[in-house]
Amino acid sequence: MKVLKLIYKNLLRHKLRSLLTIVGIAIAVLAFGLLRTVVTAWSYGVEAASADRLITRHAVAFIFPLPYSYKGQLEDVSGVKTVSYASWFQGIYKDQSFENFFPRIAVDPETIFDVYPEFIIPADQLKTFKQQRNGCVVGKKLAEQHGFKIGDIIPVTGDIYPGNWEFTVVGIYSGKDKTADETQMFFSWEYLNEKSRQSASWATDQVGWYILQVDNPNEAASISETVDALYVNSPAKTKTETEKAFQQSFVSLSGAIITSMEIVSYVIIGIILMVLANTIIMAARERIREYAVLKTLGFTSFHVVGLIAGESLFISMIGGTVGLALTFPVCKGFGDAFPTMFPVFAVQPMTIVLAIGFSLLVGVIAAIFPSYRSANMKIVDGLRQIG
Amino acid sequence: MLFVGMRRRMVLIRFIMKIPISYNIRNLWARRLTTTLTVSGIALVVFVFAAVLMLSQGIEDTMVATGSRDNVIIIRKSSQSEMMSAVSRDQVGILSTFSEVQSTQEGKPFATADVVTLINLHKKGSNDMGNVSVRGISTGAFGLRPQVKLSEGRWFQPGSYEIVVGNKIHDQFNAIEIGQSVQIGSKLWTIVGVIDGGKTGFASEIWTDADIIMSEFNRGTTFSSYTLKLKNEQDFEALKTKMETEQRLQDLEPKREQEFYLEQSKFMAGFINGLGIFITIIFSFGAMIGAMITMYASVANRTVEIGTLRALGFRRRSILMAFLLEALALSSIGGIIGLILASFMEFVTFSTTNFGTFSELAFGFSLSPRVVGWTVFFFLIMGIFGGFLPAVRAARMNIINALRAS
Repeated sequence: MKVLKLIYKNLLRHKLRSLLTIVGIAIAVLAFGLLRTVVTAWSYGVEAASADRLITRHAVAFIFPLPYSYKGQLEDVSGVKTVSYASWFQGIYKDQSFENFFPRIAVDPETIFDVYPEFIIPADQLKTFKQQRNGCVVGKKLAEQHGFKIGDIIPVTGDIYPGNWEFTVVGIYSGKDKTADETQMFFSWEYLNEKSRQSASWATDQVGWYILQVDNPNEAASISETVDALYVNSPAKTKTETEKAFQQSFVSLSGAIITSMEIVSYVIIGIILMVLANTIIMAARERIREYAVLKTLGFTSFHVVGLIAGESLFISMIGGTVGLALTFPVCKGFGDAFPTMFPVFAVQPMTIVLAIGFSLLVGVIAAIFPSYRSANMKIVDGLRQIG
Repeated sequence: MLFVGMRRRMVLIRFIMKIPISYNIRNLWARRLTTTLTVSGIALVVFVFAAVLMLSQGIEDTMVATGSRDNVIIIRKSSQSEMMSAVSRDQVGILSTFSEVQSTQEGKPFATADVVTLINLHKKGSNDMGNVSVRGISTGAFGLRPQVKLSEGRWFQPGSYEIVVGNKIHDQFNAIEIGQSVQIGSKLWTIVGVIDGGKTGFASEIWTDADIIMSEFNRGTTFSSYTLKLKNEQDFEALKTKMETEQRLQDLEPKREQEFYLEQSKFMAGFINGLGIFITIIFSFGAMIGAMITMYASVANRTVEIGTLRALGFRRRSILMAFLLEALALSSIGGIIGLILASFMEFVTFSTTNFGTFSELAFGFSLSPRVVGWTVFFFLIMGIFGGFLPAVRAARMNIINALRAS
């Protein structure tokens, strides 16, 4: 207990320095937490993917559409419960800025909410969606961001599908839990198909990808093979994979950016280490005479090391805790600032564990050098030391 | 009045000069370990800061190099990339008669109607797939993009299933060697050459004959874009007006090639810049605090010394200046080390998906004078902010108390 008190008293000797070090560590841990959260949020789609959904897309690249005629054949594949389909519409809402980007997808109103049970929509709104040709359904988060209400008209300029489009909001869906993406806009594929008959003939009776809901997730691999075998000799070959693999392929597209963010997050740990080690080394140097006195009184090197390491850990843990506590509100603010960029932006448990773990580690490493020096000094030299 | 001002300045200069810089340098040397740690911390922060700027500069350089000043690209209105655009063969026919277009020696328009599409290829050294742009071009218009040169093998034969690959694709993807085949659509295409695209986006593309790729992908008579060379750089406005008045070209718009490619990278560059700057600002606070701790300690350790200096007649201002200079020296050493480390990044190629086009784009870290300027500004500011408060403390010390301190 006495040692603890001594550590505490030592901390207060240079209040400003201790405070600065704690603030420095807190800021760095905050940056670390934020960066890790960005990295995890990036691949959230992989986590959120359901095991019972398969995605069938064009084998060459996802930009090529598949014929609508595949639908009936896919429904006949044994083990497939429901077949749904979708097309990436994109388009421009207001302008091409970050804030006004959100996924705009043409879907099959009849099945989409069956294969995505994590999206919840009131029954009467779903009924209107199935009936109203130019109706659209938006996610709750998206609706809050842009102030969309039922009955509003969303004008979109087409880019892949040319022309001016107007969609009427007929429903707002919400996610079953926190991992569901509430930032998308769905509208009827029929409407898209009808309009492209006039303006974009290549897109007529074509869908972007099929979503297959299977009875038993364990059969996913064999069903994928069966499906792809069906079209191996047709002009539009398919590639079927689990939703998880499909999402993963999108995440890996930006792999280099993710990797560099991860590297930077470890550079931050290096910076914390420098700041803390600096403080501890300075403190130990100033107190070398006291350590010599302690040793003269009969305290062992073990006690001296305990004093130094204790102070180092104390500072790093306080800094780490403050930084971690700040991570939550800052991440919330960051997530709110880019709602559509990161549909789900939450601090993962692993991030918390890593932040605490690295704070501890840094606390220990920073103490190694001064501990070694103080433990091995000769008492006489220590007493002689000036300043 | 003038003389008063001049005298003041002279006095100021005298005071600043009074404590020699060698005093500061020796001080930094006396506390080597602390100095090293602080300098390393600053160096790391400056390294990341510079690397981020170099990266977004690199994207910009690549995009600017991809376009030529006197080339104009014509795409469908509001298309964000060539992939989404559509230009019909009839429209190409009309455009090629425009008098603003330069002619080749054979008297044909110096222009190319391109078809751009995407294929998936396996990246080297990982299981990841990358989206690679395949560009079908009009034959006989290689000179339109003088940045692109054939470095190995030969050009593709028009009308046959042959391709040439960009050097970045050659470096970064699996099984891309001359003589090997790549599946595009339903056919296997033979690689017959490697093109050196230099710093341009073309280095990340595969090139082949437009007509054959159009028939392979059932595109009928629809191209993606039409790129032409102007007779005269200033003819752009004339061309634009002419297009606006031509009924059959209403759904198209011309853009200067450089501006077009720059726009495509905006999202990427903005993202890298935004996130990078945000992060470096957060942890430049960490580095500033590190410098501050060092300087405070150095002031505290030298209380008697400062008292002595003051007793010798040095003014508060010179003390302030001396400590500020010491902080600046600290941050400059760290900053320069960081900048030197960052300059090695010039040898690294960064390859990722450009969200603007959804295809793979390789680019370098580019250390431009602008980047160096910002980095120097950044570390000097860190030094000033980190050193100012400690320097004020040193300057405000009372002579008697300072001399008495043990």
